[in-house]
Amino acid sequence: MTFDATRPQKSPCADLQPDFVQIIDVTKKFGDAPAVDHVSLSIRKKELFALLGSSGCGKSTLLRLMAGLETPDSGRIVVDGQDITRLPPYQRPVNMMFQSYALFPHMTVEANAAYGLKREGVAKAEVRERVAAALDLVQMGKYAQRKPHQLSGGQQQRVALARSLVKRPKLLLLDEPMSALDKKIRQQTQFELGNILYAVGVTCVLVTHDQEEAMTMADRLAVMSDGRILQMGTPNEVYESPTCRFAAEFIGSTNLFKGVAAGDASGLFHCEDLDAPLQVHDPVNARMNGPAQISLRPERITMSLQRAEQEFNWAVGKVEQYAYMGSYTLYYVRLASGRLMAVDMSRMAVRAMERAPDYGDTVYLSWGPDTLVVLAT
Amino acid sequence: MSSVAASRVGSWLPSGRTLVIAAPFAFLLVFFMVPFAAVLKISFADPQMSVPPYTPIAELKDGYLHFTLTLAHYRAVLTDALYVGSYLYSIEVAALTTLICLLVGYPACYLIARSDPSRRNLLIMAVMLPFWTSYLIRVYAWIGLLKNQGLINHFLLWTRLIDQPLKLYHNNCGLLIGMVYNYLPYLMLPLYAHLVKMDVTLLEAARNLGAKPWQAFFTITLPLSRRAIIASSLLVFIPAVGEYVIPEILGGSNSLMIGRVMWDDFFVNTDWPSASAATAAMVVLLLLPMAWFQRLQRRETAPR
Repeated sequence: MTFDATRPQKSPCADLQPDFVQIIDVTKKFGDAPAVDHVSLSIRKKELFALLGSSGCGKSTLLRLMAGLETPDSGRIVVDGQDITRLPPYQRPVNMMFQSYALFPHMTVEANAAYGLKREGVAKAEVRERVAAALDLVQMGKYAQRKPHQLSGGQQQRVALARSLVKRPKLLLLDEPMSALDKKIRQQTQFELGNILYAVGVTCVLVTHDQEEAMTMADRLAVMSDGRILQMGTPNEVYESPTCRFAAEFIGSTNLFKGVAAGDASGLFHCEDLDAPLQVHDPVNARMNGPAQISLRPERITMSLQRAEQEFNWAVGKVEQYAYMGSYTLYYVRLASGRLMAVDMSRMAVRAMERAPDYGDTVYLSWGPDTLVVLAT
Repeated sequence: MSSVAASRVGSWLPSGRTLVIAAPFAFLLVFFMVPFAAVLKISFADPQMSVPPYTPIAELKDGYLHFTLTLAHYRAVLTDALYVGSYLYSIEVAALTTLICLLVGYPACYLIARSDPSRRNLLIMAVMLPFWTSYLIRVYAWIGLLKNQGLINHFLLWTRLIDQPLKLYHNNCGLLIGMVYNYLPYLMLPLYAHLVKMDVTLLEAARNLGAKPWQAFFTITLPLSRRAIIASSLLVFIPAVGEYVIPEILGGSNSLMIGRVMWDDFFVNTDWPSASAATAAMVVLLLLPMAWFQRLQRRETAPR
C-alpha cells in the first residue's frame, strides 16, 4: 500500500464559512451527571476538527448529539445555517463512522455502501455509480461482493468510511476511527484517512483519546474534560501554549511548577522546587500576585555538564534514570529540592555534549524565558 | 513413573470433553433410538389377537429364518382419508399455532430486549411463570375461562357486547388458544436470547444512514434474526404437530389430529402396526423441516 504524504497545506479554506457547524451552549445530562456541560464551538467548512479527551470526558456524547443519536437537554446545533437540534438522525445531513464500524453483517460491502442511498430513494443506476466511486476512493472496489467478516480490520474501516461518505454529508463524524486497528498500521492509516478526507473536502469532526492521532489529522482540536472544552486551537497552539494544566499534561508531557509571581513587571516567579527564579517572557495568564502554574516541555530544556551562565531559568541535579527512545533520550533529573524533572535530549544534542550523561552525573539544566507557559488553571 | 502410567491410561480413556458430549447421546440412543427401532419393527407387522398384539416379523421355522414384512400399514397411512386428513389437519394447526406465536411473540421479545436492563429479567420471568404449574392443570384451567358459563362469556354478557354465550372451546378457537398459550414461551425464550444480544449500534448506523425506525427494523433487525425465527418456530411447530392433550381437552370432537389417531389405534383398536406406521411417517414428515434448517445453517456459516 502506497500513500501520498504530501497532502495540501492544512486549513487551505480557513476563511470559508467560519460558522459552518455551530454548537451553541449545548448541555446533555445522564441522570444528574452532565456528560456535556454548556459546550459551544464553531467549525469551519471543510475543516478537520478533533475532540480530544480521555474516556468519559463527554467527547463521544457530543458526537452523538451531532448525529442525533442523543438529544440535548438545552442548546442548539446548527449545520450550514440549518438548525438540526430536533431533527431525527435519519433526516440530518450528517453521517458517522462508528468506532466498531457497525457494518451490516448480512450485507455485502456493496450493499453496505448502497444502504444510505437506497433509503434516500436515489435511482438504481446512480446508486451503482456512486457506490462504485466511493469504494474506489477507499480502494475497496474489488472487494464489493465480500461480506464484512471476510475483511481485515483496516478493510472494514475503509468500507465504513465509504459508506459514510457516499451520501455526501455536510458533516462527517468519526468516532475513534483508529481504535480497532493495530498500532503498527495506525499511523499510515491516519495519513491515508486524512488524505481521503482532504481530497473529498468534507467537514469532519473526529473523536479520539489519542493525542498523536488528533495532532496528525486535525486542523484544529478541542481538549475536553468533564464535559467541558478546556482549550481549542491548532495542534501547534495547544501544544506550544497550553492554557490549563489538563491540556498541558494531556497533549505531550510537561514539567509543571507552582510559582508565586514577584509582583513587579520583571516576569519573575519564585518556585520552591527551584533555586533560581523562573523568568517568563510573556506571563499573559498570570495573576500577578497569586500562585501560578508554569509549564515547561521536556524537550525545551538544555542539559549540560557545565554550569549555565545565566541568572534565571536554570537548575542543577543528578541523573537518576534515563531511557533511550531512538530519536531522543529521556532523562529524569533529581534536583536538590527532591523535585524530579523530565528532560528530552535529541540525539544531536547528546552527541554535541563532551560525553553522554550517565547515572549519578551532576547536570545543569537551562531553558529560555519563551519556553515557559503560565497556565490559567 | 506414575505420571507416565497416568498419561498412558489417559490416552485410551475418553477425554472429559468426549464424555460430556456423549452423555446426552447415550441417553437418546437408549431411550429414543432403541424404542423407535421397536416401533419401526412393529410397523412392518400385522395385528393379531395375542400378546404382543402383532405378528412376529422374523421367525425361525424348519431351521430357516423367515421374514414376514408388510407395507400395508404404510400404504394405508398414505392413502386412507382418515390418516391423510389428520396429518394435514395437524400440520395446519401446528402452522397456525406457530404463526400466531410469532406474531404475538416477536414484538413482545423485541420490546423486552430493548427495555431497561433491570426490567428485562422480570419480564422474561413473567413469560416463564406458567411453567411453574402443571401442564395438564393449565390446559384444564382454560375450560373455566372458555366455557359457556365461564369468565370470558360472563364478562361479555355483562357488558352486553353479546346476548348469547360464544362457543369458545371444543372447536378450533379453543384449540388454537390452548396451543398458542402453551407453546408461546418455547418460541419466546430463544428469540429473546437472540434479540437481546443484537448489536444496537447497527440500528444506530442504519438510522444515521437515513433509515426511519421501521425501515431499520425491516432491513436490519428482521434479516439478522431470521435464523432465530426459524429455530424458535421449529421448536413450536415440531411438538405441536404431535400434540395430543390440548386438542383432546379444548379441541372439537370432529377434527382429529394425528396424535389422537395414534392413540385410538394403539389403545382403542389395538392396531399397533397401524399406529407404528403413522408414528414412523410422522417422524419422517418432521425430519424434512429440520433437514432444511440444517442446510440453511450450514450454507450461512460455510464461508466463515
